Amino acid sequence: MRQSAVHLSGALMKKVQFQSRTVPFLLLLPQLAIVTIFFLWPAAEAVQSSFYLEDPFGFGATFVGMDNFTDTLTSSDYGRVARFTGVFTFFVTFLSLGIALLLAVKADKVLRGASSYKTLLMWVYAVAPPVAGLIGVLLFDQHVGPITEFFALLGWDMQIGVSFFDTSFAMTVTAVWKQVPVNFIFFLSGLQGISKSVQEAASIDCRSGFRRFWTVTFPLLAPTGFFLLIINITYAFFDTFGIIDVVLKGEPGNNPVTLVYKVYLDGFRGNDLGGSSAQSVILMLLVFILTVIQFRLIERRVHYT
Amino acid sequence: MNNKLHLSDHLVLLAGVFFMVTPVLLTFITSTHDAITIYREGVQFLPGDQFLQNYETVLFRAGGFTKEVDGFVMLKNSLILGLGFAIGKIVISMLAAYAIVYFRFPFASLCFWVIFSTLLLPLEVRILPSYEIVQSLGMVNTYSGLIVPLIASATGTFFFRQFFLSVPDELLEAARIDGAGPWKFFKDILVPLSKTMIAAIFIIMFVYGWNQYLWPTLMTTDESLFTLVRGIKQIMQVWVGSQIPAFNEAMALAILAMLPPVIVVIVFQSWFVKGLVESDK
Repeated sequence: MRQSAVHLSGALMKKVQFQSRTVPFLLLLPQLAIVTIFFLWPAAEAVQSSFYLEDPFGFGATFVGMDNFTDTLTSSDYGRVARFTGVFTFFVTFLSLGIALLLAVKADKVLRGASSYKTLLMWVYAVAPPVAGLIGVLLFDQHVGPITEFFALLGWDMQIGVSFFDTSFAMTVTAVWKQVPVNFIFFLSGLQGISKSVQEAASIDCRSGFRRFWTVTFPLLAPTGFFLLIINITYAFFDTFGIIDVVLKGEPGNNPVTLVYKVYLDGFRGNDLGGSSAQSVILMLLVFILTVIQFRLIERRVHYT
Repeated sequence: MNNKLHLSDHLVLLAGVFFMVTPVLLTFITSTHDAITIYREGVQFLPGDQFLQNYETVLFRAGGFTKEVDGFVMLKNSLILGLGFAIGKIVISMLAAYAIVYFRFPFASLCFWVIFSTLLLPLEVRILPSYEIVQSLGMVNTYSGLIVPLIASATGTFFFRQFFLSVPDELLEAARIDGAGPWKFFKDILVPLSKTMIAAIFIIMFVYGWNQYLWPTLMTTDESLFTLVRGIKQIMQVWVGSQIPAFNEAMALAILAMLPPVIVVIVFQSWFVKGLVESDK
């Protein structure tokens, strides 16, 4: 790769550049305008209102310092939601990465039908999360769902929307189903990037395919894996909103919700502006940390190639 | 030995295909039956004879899950959102990336960081203030209110920046010797060079725009602006408490909502995969 040392800091620039004061600003104007109005302004509002207590009747707001944060972090409800989000994220990430890796390794190996497998395993990428949620609602339905019927044969009486565990199960399966294709695409392209000579050398040194995978292939895939780990955590946090909203049919009750869903619930349903903003800010910090890690990994990954 | 190994590989892959394809296949088959059959006998495994009728109802008759609009209007709105988002994002981010990579100007790195800070915060975490601002600008229930705030994230700019940096410097040197200005260089050299990249990112952005859910749900209360994916929310509201849920029509709507992005991804598979893998480097 020509530009192997790409730095996010912008340290690497073109040696030759145009000199102009007005042209670049005109080029940047649309993007900067949109970013300012629809990103910086709302983000600043979120931070600001996280320090205020909004009057429920709209008669202004009082500065309350860190109260919204302490209230949020000490509430048992928030703790419960945070715990569920953690467990949900762990299972979605672990299962969708695991399944995708297994499928990618096999798809990389077979010769016959390789491209058909590839297409069939990746097209679900294009299905929107709420549509995936609707399919989940159908298949896990208490009266008509085949998955529910199947588990009933094994003695598990599934009640989606009523039982906390059953609902979490349906959400997790749906979220994993939706996420496997992305991971599969990245793992497969990572595997195909491993040079044939490395693979041949490995197959001479190590006859057991299983050991060869863990000692040669897996370490070479590690950068892709770390990178995907962050992508998947972000997915489980934010992009599963549509799945959760549809599976819960908009009626959360005592059902499992994630932290992002709670921001939406408290802000739009509960009219708790301060609390919702404080939760937003906490999530912002979390995403910030994840993104910093992700950028470092990207830089490292590019250096490897 | 070798054959046996291959057989197990194929079995794993077939199991994977079964896991990925069956849910959508059952959804489609269910959408070809009438509601009472599904209610009585559960999800169907063989195609029924109500295909034309169900899809005709969903596409051209208002008043199932929505009161005023039919599926065709929602299809049109989804297309406007998908195309508007993809085109808007590509144009705006190419211009911005061009300025960042090819110009030396004061505050360049400040502009860079302002734009890239958007990668840090997904729309979901700043959803309430975003909604309030768009509302105060009078953009609720408009196409621009639906599309423009979604463009605020810098994914496209980041992508084009990386690509422009990999374009050989000699091209600009040669162009300048020939007396080409910034606009001519952009139009005659950089854009033609980026064709494949534009196609790849167009596909990803189209799918992303088409599949938006939370933002359209908040932004559009007027049914004439509903997208297909936004319509899914309506299905759930009509369903709760109904005696015999219209599983058939709901699933027909789900199939309609996924069909265009799925076709785009399958037909332009190689571009799409390239775009996805490269854009995150």
